[in-house]
Amino acid sequence: MATKQSRSAARLMMAPAVFLLLVWMLVPLAMTLWFSFRKFLPLRGGDLGFVGFDNYVRFISSSSFWPSVQTTLIVVGSVLLITLVLGVLLALLLDQPIWGQGIVRILVIAPFFVMPTVSALVWKNIFMDPVNGLFAHLWKFFGAEPVQWLSQASLPSIVMIVSWQWLPFATLILLTAIQSLDSEQLEAAEMDGAPVLRRFWHIIVPHLSRAITIVILIQTIFLLAVFAEIFVTTGGAFGTKTLTYLIYQRVLESQNVGLGSAGGVYAIILANILALFLMRIVGKNLDA
Amino acid sequence: MARAVTNQRKIINTVIAWAIGLLIFFPILWTFLTSFKTEATAIADPPVFLFFDWTLENYTEVQERSDYFKHFINSVIIAVGSTILGVLIAIPAAWSMAFVPSKRTKDILLWMLSTKMLPAVGVLYPIYLIFIELGILDSKIGLTVILMLINLPIIVWMLYTYFKEIPHEILEASRMDGATLKAEILYVLTPMAVPGIASTILLNIILAWNEAFWTLNLTAAKAAPLTAFIASYSSPEGLFYAKLSAASTMAIAPILIMGWFSQKQLVRGLTFGAVK
Repeated sequence: MATKQSRSAARLMMAPAVFLLLVWMLVPLAMTLWFSFRKFLPLRGGDLGFVGFDNYVRFISSSSFWPSVQTTLIVVGSVLLITLVLGVLLALLLDQPIWGQGIVRILVIAPFFVMPTVSALVWKNIFMDPVNGLFAHLWKFFGAEPVQWLSQASLPSIVMIVSWQWLPFATLILLTAIQSLDSEQLEAAEMDGAPVLRRFWHIIVPHLSRAITIVILIQTIFLLAVFAEIFVTTGGAFGTKTLTYLIYQRVLESQNVGLGSAGGVYAIILANILALFLMRIVGKNLDA
Repeated sequence: MARAVTNQRKIINTVIAWAIGLLIFFPILWTFLTSFKTEATAIADPPVFLFFDWTLENYTEVQERSDYFKHFINSVIIAVGSTILGVLIAIPAAWSMAFVPSKRTKDILLWMLSTKMLPAVGVLYPIYLIFIELGILDSKIGLTVILMLINLPIIVWMLYTYFKEIPHEILEASRMDGATLKAEILYVLTPMAVPGIASTILLNIILAWNEAFWTLNLTAAKAAPLTAFIASYSSPEGLFYAKLSAASTMAIAPILIMGWFSQKQLVRGLTFGAVK
């Protein structure tokens, strides 16, 4: 009898969280879906009626759509590549016995705790400003012409800022994974005379594969949504308009809610495909 | 002989690791140093590293000109408020999933996680509209609720993974001794769960403090937390590097310190227990 009682108590305890998340998910989603099928211009006539799949077609066929997809892929792809390669190397290094390991670890993970608007503004002004920035001083010191970072090399600059923010995350997770590696296995391989690279590819990389997959999936979800870094640096100019930023501009800047909502639905579908893969991995690890 | 080789390797590794660590940390260090310079020193060419007249005037000026403290308090209220609210809602849920699991527990957990994947920009306008209708645009309450909902899945997950680690034998023993469900929760489970709850709170305050999509889009002058306050520096007038640095230093210092204490929880919280 007690189990039945605790079962219903358990259901009751779960109810508030489940209910809130259900509302949080369904209500805005339903509204976005509804808007996406309507011509809706809040500042120019309001809701002008049902237009079928018009918004979906127009969003994709607009001249800024494919460039924004390309920009998104470049940002996500480059940041993933940079943070993973450097993250693995850094994690391997930090796994070695060194003096002051705790302090180095703290220095390395610090950027992750810096709020996005701060890191974007500090990089934009104090480092990348073509006149007064530290990079400009450095370039001039070597007799080179200072680079107009955020207009001439806008995309690499954004990739650099975002990579700086996410490298700590990748490093920390990969380091945690490396530390769980059985060191006896590595020592045995070393005794057998396996060279460093072979040990790396055949023991360390396979061991890290799950952590790497998780880093890729979680970072991809966050990187697709990168917003503040673009908002305060270029405002979407100079070819830095990602899909997220394009949708934001359609909805809030040009107040074309129907069109923006159709874009939002595309973004939601894309995120759900990625989420499905992540769920599989997390779910496998869950012995509930 | 072998000892000497290891020591040599340790020295090399130490030097490389410190160099990389300092390089990565440099932007933060430089911002910190710049906050104590005058505006003229801040843009000096060649740059001055340590030997300048340290001044605190940027800090007082940031406060006087734009009421820094108000935004700081907004950040504290929103970050702490949303976390506490989320934890209060999540504790019973995580509790029941960890101790009275059913066939659907796993599905519910994964579904909760999936709500976290919803791209914010996809539901920006509906939320904006709802906020206007309810009159909570640019209000601390509105933001607190939104950030609570965003972080609720992570809070439930973290608490769930912590609660799972509490040994069931203890519960059974207390039940044998005739403890009621209420007594079991209050006197047996709670003391053991406190460390897990504390780290959950810590990580989620950090996440809420740094959130920069909703805080930028749903606030104006009144409820703007530090993320939005700092963003207002993106179209500045005149010299402002030192003042930007002072404002930035104050905005990131508390969270940096909290972050350093929560390194371990960070991995668990952000990978949903998949990497420990």
